[in-house]
Amino acid sequence: MRMTSQIGRLSSALALTLALTLAPGAQAKKKDKDAEASHEVPYASTYKAYPGRPTALVGATLYDGRGGRIDNGTLLFAEGKVVAVGASDLAIPEGYDRIDGTGKFVTPGVIDAHSHLGDYASPGVDANSDGNEATAPTTPDVWAEHSVWPQDPGFSRALANGGVTSLLILPGSANLMGGRSVMLKNVPAITVQQMKFPGAPYSLKMACGENPKRVYGSRGMKPSTRMGNFAVNRQTWIDAKAYMEGDHEKRDLAKETLEGVLKGEILVQNHCYRAEEMALVLDMAKEAGYKVTTFHHAVESYKIADMLREADVCSAVWADWYGFKMEAYDGIPENAALIAKEGACVVIHSDDQNGIQRLNQAAAKAQASGRRMGIDIPDAQVISWFTYNAAKAAGISDQTGSLEEGKMADVVLWNGDPLSVYTRPEKVWVDGAMLFDATNPRMRPVSDFELGQPGEGDVK
Amino acid sequence: MSRILAFSASLAAIAAPLAASAQDLAVTNATLATGDGSEPIEGATVLVQGGKVVAAGVGIAVPAGVETVDGTGKWVTPGIFAAVSDMGLWDVQAVGDSNDLSADKSPFNASLDVVPALNPANEHIAVSREGGVTRASVTPFPGNAIFAGQGALIDLGADAALVDKPRAFQLVVLGEGGAREAGGSRMAAHVTLRNALREAKALAGASASAERASDALLTHADAAALAPVLSGEQALYVHVERASDIRAVLALKSEFPALKLVLIGASEGWMVASEIAASGVPVLTMPLRDLPEQFEVLGATQSNVGRMVKAGVKVGIGLFAGDNQPRRATEQAGNLVALTKLPGASGLTWAQAFAAITSIPAEISGMGGKEGVLAPGAVGDVVIWDGDPLELSSAPDAVYIDGVKQPFDSHQARLRERYKDLDRTYLPKAYAW
Repeated sequence: MRMTSQIGRLSSALALTLALTLAPGAQAKKKDKDAEASHEVPYASTYKAYPGRPTALVGATLYDGRGGRIDNGTLLFAEGKVVAVGASDLAIPEGYDRIDGTGKFVTPGVIDAHSHLGDYASPGVDANSDGNEATAPTTPDVWAEHSVWPQDPGFSRALANGGVTSLLILPGSANLMGGRSVMLKNVPAITVQQMKFPGAPYSLKMACGENPKRVYGSRGMKPSTRMGNFAVNRQTWIDAKAYMEGDHEKRDLAKETLEGVLKGEILVQNHCYRAEEMALVLDMAKEAGYKVTTFHHAVESYKIADMLREADVCSAVWADWYGFKMEAYDGIPENAALIAKEGACVVIHSDDQNGIQRLNQAAAKAQASGRRMGIDIPDAQVISWFTYNAAKAAGISDQTGSLEEGKMADVVLWNGDPLSVYTRPEKVWVDGAMLFDATNPRMRPVSDFELGQPGEGDVK
Repeated sequence: MSRILAFSASLAAIAAPLAASAQDLAVTNATLATGDGSEPIEGATVLVQGGKVVAAGVGIAVPAGVETVDGTGKWVTPGIFAAVSDMGLWDVQAVGDSNDLSADKSPFNASLDVVPALNPANEHIAVSREGGVTRASVTPFPGNAIFAGQGALIDLGADAALVDKPRAFQLVVLGEGGAREAGGSRMAAHVTLRNALREAKALAGASASAERASDALLTHADAAALAPVLSGEQALYVHVERASDIRAVLALKSEFPALKLVLIGASEGWMVASEIAASGVPVLTMPLRDLPEQFEVLGATQSNVGRMVKAGVKVGIGLFAGDNQPRRATEQAGNLVALTKLPGASGLTWAQAFAAITSIPAEISGMGGKEGVLAPGAVGDVVIWDGDPLELSSAPDAVYIDGVKQPFDSHQARLRERYKDLDRTYLPKAYAW
């Protein structure tokens, strides 16, 4: 904690780590009113795909996001959906715009399964710090979407530099149960509802280890130990079960979220670094009757990759972060490759407004670290680490994350091999609508915040 | 007889440095990037003898007896120079007792010196070395004053002799960070800086027994530590980001002409690039910052480096602190090359980008021609890469520092070995070491 202020100024990467992993964050806003007690979805998505043109991407190397690769492939999309994926002989129907991708690459839109954009927006001033409701160790009642500031310039950087078309916004990790996540389409918008990914499930953000016990232990509260973490969690699940089986006469927002988890309607995204804690969480999930979908920041997954495969849990990891806190001490760059070698699910995530701009590069680094120890993972599979697997981790793999007929036309045309440092997105489509074009300066979103400021509309 | 003996002795004196030793090495038939900003050359040879580079280029004869590495299909380069790093100062950032980066409860500031805190056995040094980093500057971070203290230049050789040059620079923060340290305003930071330099001047000019002014704010040690800054013997690294803050720093030269300034950060440098270029003040920066993370970096863009270089500013990549690991210098440089393909963006050529992590930070650190470059007389820091060093898929095959082959061993490397399989049939993993 003592380092927070100055280093933060000198190193943005560190500033972010500290903000997300050490600082408890500011108080969340009080909600204006309870959700309507009806079956109508509160705060429903009002996202509508922008109009696109029927498009044929031809001549590029095409990765489908599920391990498939077509050289000189053809991708057809129209009315927001993928129409067909095939080789060069795929017929292009009349009325399609033809874009020549010779020498270029096509992938599904990039998906970040761990982002705080909008909740920890730029500029990172206290007034924009809305990611941790660190006033109680369990706050499953708070919803990340109520903190999202759509004008965060980070969204546009993720789109233009990272090809990110969908992202899961999670509450921070100060609390054992941090609240509900929100899945967003990466479209510039005025309201968060206009960004909400239609039909995406909610997730509950949970956190193991150092953060909750430090935040509350330092206040003389429970939990102050890892065993305290588990005690609080277990009692909370027991109480939630009683609520679920009760008459629901008095609504309880926190328990509604937990009931959703117990019913399998809400996924669990669990921040957890260490192997033995992940194993304990898996047993807690068994005991309470829920499923962990993904362990996030799982720097020690390589030690229990077989167990994670059996449990069908994804590991969302960085390529090479390590050492910034005690529970990250055993982080190694070969983590992702070792997990993949055991046949478990790998997701490359960012947790970082800079890292989200280079998820493809992080995946390439992780692949290379594996190759050097003899684990050869094909490029097409590595692409899935930041496309299909991320969609799976977030519960949206039926809608997006791969280029398959009928799925959302979330597409990136890269100006080279996406696993090369020399490559950037050239064009990005969200539901078939072109929202970024590197060759057209006007096709670059500028948030309200940056309007009229130094560098407005700059290439960034 | 005596004449013959004398002759033999002098011959031995000449021959001795040329006799093969542990610090001799030749890499042949490799793709050579010397780090000086020139384009890579194929089929080249690098010859190191006595721990120094003797020659690098094509058509170089390798003397008999020198250990020769076949560089076919490989790249050979100088080691990476990680400017303004925190290597060797912490084990785990968030574990306070393992962290010597800043001293926020100390009565001292400018006099703080990283040297006694540096730990050559530090894990981050081992990990960075394996990533091809052979030289670095290490800086303290500000604790409770605008002055952070004095940084050192180090080599990453796996031995106890870490420090190449102690007290190489002083770091001061202005801008938002300086304002906070100085009492809540940029105004206070600038007064604090000027007052400190005047107190240093007064102390330097006074006799040893003279009383200092009764309103002196600096401790004796801090005032004394600023004397070499004032005289220009020690570089003054100034962290600022905003264009107006950069201008205010450049203006210091008219008041204190001897200051040897280096701009640290300068995210909005592109907006005042011609003024920086005219001042001759070099810049060390994080090249990929592109978000308005603070109000002082509203103009941040990845094109900052390219635009400054185009305007004639000497720019090196730096600020490898916290999670910005030194081993990522190469990918950051590579990203600047990527910008050259992006309409409207300013990047660097491959050769410029590689220089920005080798010769240029070395020059800015006062080691021009000696470090960050493969040229006759330079230190024998040689990295053999399995491919283009700026590419994500590449990594060092071997790293030499002062001509000595370095071990690739670290906590990380041992974990990788232990868990390459998960077999626990006969014994627990704890016995695999």
